[in-house]
This record gives sequence, C-alpha cells and structure tokens, in this order.
Amino acid sequence: MLRLDGVTVRFGERTALDAVDLEVAEHETVCVLGPSGSGKSTLLRVVAGLQQADAGRVLLSGRDQTGVSAHRRGVGLMFQDHQLFPQRDVTGNVAFGPRMHRAGRAETERRVAELLELVGLPGAGRRAVTALSGGEQQRVALARALAPEPRLLMLDEPLGQLDRGLRERLVVELRRLFRRLGTTVLAVTHDHGEAFALADRVVVMENGRIAQTGTPLEIWQRPASPFVARFLGFGNIVQATVHGGTAATVWGKLPAPEGTPQGSTLLLVRPGGVLLRAPEEGLRCTVEARTFRGGDASTVTVLLRPEEGPALEAACTLRDAPEEGAEVGALFDPGEVVALSAEAAQ
Amino acid sequence: MDLARGEVAAPGSSGPSGSSGSPDTSGTPEVPGAPDPSGLTGLPAASPGKAASSSGAAAGVPARRGAGWVRLALMAVPMAFFAVFFGYPVVAIVGRGLREGGQWQLGRLWQVLSDPDILQVLWFTLWQAAASTGLTLALALPGAYVFARFDFPGKRLLRAVVTVPFVLPTVVVGSAFLALAGRGGVLDEWLGVRLDTSVWAILLAHVFFNYAVVVRTVGGLWSQLDPRQEEAARVLGAGRFTAWRRVTLPALAPSVAAAALIVFLFTFTSFGVIQVLGGPRYATLEVEIYRQTATLLDLPTAAVLTLVQFAAVAALLAVHAWSLRKRETALGLVPAEHTARRPAGARQWALLCSVLGVLLLLTVVPLLVLIQRAFEGPDGFGLASFRALTAQSDSATFVVAPVAAVGNSLAYAAVATAIALVVGGLAAAALTVPRSRLRSNEGTSRVERLVRGFDALLMLPLGTSAVTVGFGFLVALDEPPLDLRSSWILVPLAQALVGVPFVIRTMLPVLRAVDVRLREAAAVLGASPLRAWREVDFPLVRRALLVAAGFAFTVSLGEFGATVFIARPDTPTLPVAVARLLGRAGQSSYGQAMALSTILMLVCAGVLLALERVRTEGQGEL
Repeated sequence: MLRLDGVTVRFGERTALDAVDLEVAEHETVCVLGPSGSGKSTLLRVVAGLQQADAGRVLLSGRDQTGVSAHRRGVGLMFQDHQLFPQRDVTGNVAFGPRMHRAGRAETERRVAELLELVGLPGAGRRAVTALSGGEQQRVALARALAPEPRLLMLDEPLGQLDRGLRERLVVELRRLFRRLGTTVLAVTHDHGEAFALADRVVVMENGRIAQTGTPLEIWQRPASPFVARFLGFGNIVQATVHGGTAATVWGKLPAPEGTPQGSTLLLVRPGGVLLRAPEEGLRCTVEARTFRGGDASTVTVLLRPEEGPALEAACTLRDAPEEGAEVGALFDPGEVVALSAEAAQ
Repeated sequence: MDLARGEVAAPGSSGPSGSSGSPDTSGTPEVPGAPDPSGLTGLPAASPGKAASSSGAAAGVPARRGAGWVRLALMAVPMAFFAVFFGYPVVAIVGRGLREGGQWQLGRLWQVLSDPDILQVLWFTLWQAAASTGLTLALALPGAYVFARFDFPGKRLLRAVVTVPFVLPTVVVGSAFLALAGRGGVLDEWLGVRLDTSVWAILLAHVFFNYAVVVRTVGGLWSQLDPRQEEAARVLGAGRFTAWRRVTLPALAPSVAAAALIVFLFTFTSFGVIQVLGGPRYATLEVEIYRQTATLLDLPTAAVLTLVQFAAVAALLAVHAWSLRKRETALGLVPAEHTARRPAGARQWALLCSVLGVLLLLTVVPLLVLIQRAFEGPDGFGLASFRALTAQSDSATFVVAPVAAVGNSLAYAAVATAIALVVGGLAAAALTVPRSRLRSNEGTSRVERLVRGFDALLMLPLGTSAVTVGFGFLVALDEPPLDLRSSWILVPLAQALVGVPFVIRTMLPVLRAVDVRLREAAAVLGASPLRAWREVDFPLVRRALLVAAGFAFTVSLGEFGATVFIARPDTPTLPVAVARLLGRAGQSSYGQAMALSTILMLVCAGVLLALERVRTEGQGEL
C-alpha cells in the first residue's frame, strides 16, 4: 500500500529524516512512535506531499508519488491540532473533501450524516467548530479526514491534546472503527501507551532514523536499544559481561537471557523483575523513594540505591512496598531480564 | 510648465489654500490592520509561530520551484503601477530641477543645503515633529489603555469618532483649529486666548490628527494582551505599577515605537496644518517645497528639498520596518473582547473620565466648531450655507456649483478604491508568499530579498511630498503614449497611490495570519492551491478586504496635495472645492467651505462607522 524508499529530508543543517524505509500493508495500522523532534511529523508530511523529500521515493499502491501534488495523492491527514476551518460549521468541514472531489449534493449529505453518526456526533452538523470541546473537535477532524475515503489515513498525534480518560476511551473506539472500515492507517505519537493500544505494528524513531520495528508486544518485551528501552520508560540498564548463563554486573551476577552472545553487552531489567526480599538476600539496597502509581494492581514504584552501581527501579504492589529508608535485598527474575542489542551498546 | 491650474486652485498668497495630501490624510498603515486581524490571530488554533516551525512549504509543494516566478508575476502589476505613476513622475520632476543642458547640476545640492533659511526650515521640521510625537504619545497612551481595557457605553462610536480626524482633509482641520483658537475664534471670544500665532496650535492640531494612530496601533495590541500575564506577575509579588512596567510595557514597547515613528513621519511631512496655522513664521519641508514650486517657481531648490525629504522618509521607513519585524515576536494574544471590563473604583472612573475629557476637547470640540460655523450665517443659524452650495456660482473660482464636487469626489474615490484594491491586493498576496516558505530547503533566495525591498518601497508614497507627486503627474504624463493630462483617470490614479499602502497594511497581517496548515488541510482533502485559496484564505480575508476598501475610499476622498494640481476646474473634488472656497474672500464663502467640510466629514464618519460594524461583527463570529 505505502512504501518509503530511503526518504531523506533536511532542514538546513538538521536532518529530519535520514534514509527511512517503511512499508504499510493494506488494512494495517502502523504507529510511528518517538520523542518530539524525532521526525515523525515530517514523515507524515512527506507522504501527504506537503513536504518534499531531498532523497528517496514515496510509493502509494506501487506508484511513485514524486511530483504529485498533495491534493492529488488521495491520502487523508488528521492534523495534530485538527486545523478545522474556523469559518465553516461541522457539516461544512466534513463536506469539504467530498466537495473537492466533485461528489453530488445528495451523496455528500448522505456521507456527512453517515460519518457524524460514525464518530458519535449525530445531528451536530450546524454547530460552529469553535464552539466544540476538544474531544468533539477531534471527532469532527476524524470525520473530515475520512469523508473523501482516502486510501491511506494518517493521524498526527491524534489524541495528543485530550485528557487522559477521553484518550483511553477514544483509542479503543478508533481501533474498533479502523477494524470495521478496513482503513489503512499510519499514525504518529509520542505516547507508547497510545501506540500500543492502536497499532498492529509499531515503528520507533530516533533522530530521523528507525530504531526498531515490531508488534507492540515484541517492542515491549524486547526493546532493541537503550534508546528504545529508555523511551518506553525502562531505566534499569546496566553494562554486563556475559559468560555462560550468567552476566557479571555492578549489581552482582544476573541471569543472562537465553541466546545472549558471550562477552560485553547491555542488560535491561524490567522493574517488575526486581524482587524485594529481606536485606540478607540478594543485592543490598536502601529505599530512596516510593511513588504510588495507582492502577488496578495498586502499583508502587520503588527507587533503590544499591551499595554499588546505578539506582534501580522496582515495581511492587502497595501491600508489599517497603517504607522509605528501609533496607531491602533485591533479586532478579530471569524472565524480566532483556539483552539490548550489542550493536547499540556502543 | 503648467502652473496655471495650480495657481487657480491654490492662490499662493492666501494662507489656507494648501493642504497635505498623502501624509496626513492617509493615516497609519497599521491602524486598520491592527484591529481586524486581531480576531484571527487571537484564535488559539491559529498560532503563526507554531505554523512556521512545523511547516516546510505551502500546499503546492511540487510547484515550489515555480513559486519565485509566481511571486514575481504577482508583483508585476503593482511594480509597473508604482514605476509609472510614482517613480517616473518623481524622477521627472527632480530631473527637471537638477538637470540643465543634459548635465546633472549636483553642486546645487550643497548650495541649497547651506542656505541658512533652508537650514532653519529643516530644524523646525525636525523639532516640531519630535514635539508633536511626544505630545501625542503623552495624551494618547492613556487613551489607548482606556480603549483597550475598559468597557463603557458608546465605546464603538467613540472609537470611530477618534478616527474621523484621520481622514479629514488637513485644510479642514486647519480651519477648524483656526475657528477654535484663532482670531475671533471660540477661545478668543470666551477666554481671550489665541494660539494661532504660537506653535501650540500646530502641535495640538497634530495631536488631533494622530491621536487615533496611537489609540489604534498600541490599543489594538494592548486589548489582545492576556491580562493574566500581569496577574501572574502580581501573584509573584509585583505591585500594580511594577507588573505593568515589567510585563505589559515590554510587550507594548515595539508597537509604541512603531506608532511614534508613524506619527513622526506624518508630522515631519505635515503640510496643510502648517499652511493654515503656521503663518509666515513656520514652514516645514513640505510647505517649503510647495512654496518653491508653486509660488517662487524655483524648481531646482524644490527638487533638492524633495530629495532631502525623500531620504529622511526612506530612513524613517527603514527604522519602521525594522521595528515591525521586532514586533512580530510571538506574544500570547487573546481575543480582544475578553480583556475589556467595566471600570471599577474611583481611580479607574477618574482615569476614564479624564481620558474622555481630553478626547472631547481635542477631537470633538474642533469638529463641533466646524459644524457650528457651517450652520452659522449672517442671519443666524440655518441652512443658508448649504443652500448656497447648490447655486451656480458666477465668480471665476467655480465653473460648476460647489455641490457638484460631492458627486465628483464619490466617483473618483470609487475608481481610486478599485485601483488601490487591485494593486494593493496583488502586492499583499506577493508579500505573503515567502512567509510560509521561510523554512523551505532552499533558504532565503534572491527573490525573497527582492520581495522584502518591494515591501519597503510600497510604503514610500506615504511620506513623499504629495505636491511633488501631483506636480510630477503634470510634468511627466503629458506625452504619448502616456498623455493622461486631460484624462479624468489622472485624479483616481493619484488618489489610489495614497490608498495602496493602506490596502497592503490592512491585508498583509490578515493574509499572514492565515495558518499555513489550514491550507495544507485543504490540500490533503483534495483542493488545488487555487481552490484552497478560494475556500480557505478568501473567506478569512474577505472582511479585511472590506475594511481596506473603506479606508482606501475615505483616504481618496480626503486626498488634496496631489489632487489640487491635477483636478480639472470643472470637476473639483470636495477638498479642492473647500480650498477654493476658503481662498475666496467673504463671509458667505467661509460658511460654504465649512458646510462642504461638514458634508465631507459626515461621509467619512459614515464610512468609518460602517467599518467599525464590519470589524466587531467579525470578532463576534470568530
């Protein structure tokens, strides 16, 4: 459906996209995940034809899009802050695309009504877009992007400005909607929760390059580099020397995951894999801080200061959480230790 | 050389014949621009700064390499217009003064500039402009605050009233101040105070003219500054005044500087006011140019002075452009209607009342005196003066009844407005294009620099001697293929020249405020660049276009300095007719002049009130 071949974009000295290759299959939802400034929005703009690539090609349905204007590409783009036309009402906004594609009046009206129904705003057609709440604007923007039936729908931080509750609800709604319509979707976001909930496949970007591609589960379980791991919120990264089935670190001997090459590497221990025991057992640590995270499991994040080496983060339930200043021992669950790629250890 | 017409129109000896054309009557570039776009830029969604950072280029990207040519094509019409109807006449008249036997006589420059009388004129021009600017700021800044932050009944009407002086012909204003503070004037009758022999009358008349410049430019921005900024400072422990000085003042400073520069520019080139109130003692450069041209027939000296004024104005405009660029730093702006509230407490009411008092004295009283004189006849109050306007005059001054000037003026102004809209609209469109492409991969191109120079060039007519332009029209446009001397189109052309800077300054901020991403959204939805402009930009700028048309119309109505040279005797415009009536002896002529001025004032006020309506409706909707 969509293919990018070595797409490069430079803004003066800065390289926003550095030889990016990417493929999105028909009916697939791909989410590009990365911090701000990693080039995600530029990626969408290149595909939409709003930004010219300095090198490389964009192919839609196998056809090279070089030299094709934005209005002839037949893709949809939902802007970060929606960019609804302020002087038009809801209907005027949603009907804009069909009008540009010379749809008949009756056809347009039917389509608008259908889409407003779909996004949960039936009968809102006459309302001014400036009078809508953030969530409603987001729905109108989605309806507007879907109206011309684009072959590829792109979403730029689709839920970025909404509050948490609304965001979690809309993510589920969007996923269900895209499934039902069979839409091909390319979305970008900086929120990994959003990306994991929405996408079939996640692409993590770092400084204009693709750092890792995979299903949400793959990425969560096996982050490919310290950058990806840190971006997902994992801080327990340590230099290790693997010898046989164990790895020597400043935190002592850790179980090395299966298949880890021998020699120097970086290991990640997920907070859930740091088990808190009595001080005599395992690595002796002082509890420096504890943060209640809430959630269904009443999770508490505990910051541990070992006698040697960098600080450790452990996750446990509220009931098991030690007091600040307490002495504990830390054990490591082999299932939660991940080897980060040797290449990235440099 | 054809001075006959100029002399008929403006008999050299009688004081109140002259008036300034472009500078005083044209108003400030920012004045109409500041209020209207406010409704657009104030929108939280449309943050231009953000747009610039996230957008590389506008919708029609693959056509980008052609964009430079699009820009040049858009600029072609305005450029040709300015070259033929501004550059050529000015160069022609300067050339006529400084060339002799095919040789440039540059020695004259030094000769004229070392003349002590000329140096005296230069010095007076400078210091009166500085003093007028200072006085205007001192009186108008509180006014700007009151209009920005307070809600009070009649605010909209008052804002329009403040702007009326702006589009009045200077000759009318001079007369109004003469009637107020001159010999036999109202102040003389009641208090025995006469100001017409002192420089104070000039300064006060300048304040009268330019009060609106400050209120509109500074007040326009002030009303959009988020009051919560000051509140944040207060919460952090700053006193009321400290909060204002540390937070609001720095945000306002660039716009205060811009307003001050504009006022300085207008008073520096002041003509009509000085002609009427200055007497033989005070003369500005513009007055001196007029005297040298029309009375002394000393073209070489006039040419040198024109060059001097040209250089000074160019320098001022350069500073202005620079301060404008600085002003474009992002400020947290909010819609104006949320920032004003009713005054609370004795101190705020006292401030409001004193500002309104000053406004009344400075703006309303001179206008009322003008109206009073219009209705005052030898047989008491009545419509005698107005009736006399319709009578076919038997004197040599008028070939037609003075009232015919109303129709002439309206027709000329309509044509001038159309020309100004086309030329100014195209120029504004050309100037908008590079903005969205600043971050394009190519960087600043030669074309862009050219466009920027063009921007500054378009402002020049605002400060150039209208007398020179008018006279230049006669000198330059009298040979085929451009033999327009006997054509009626000459008058609207000259008036449009003054209207164009206005149209540009009104349209530009609005066009630039249109978020690039709105255009991109339209493109992604399938709109071609042209269609995107029609669907997205046009609805947003339609209102600004109306405002621009209104201002161009009133400015054309009031233009005098150039028109007086080129209007045909049988088709005078309103200001020309007023000047002729004032130049004619007799109580009846004076009354008729005042009556005609009143008509002109009412037309201008009507247009302005209509503009105020357009403006507020716009803000209401957005």
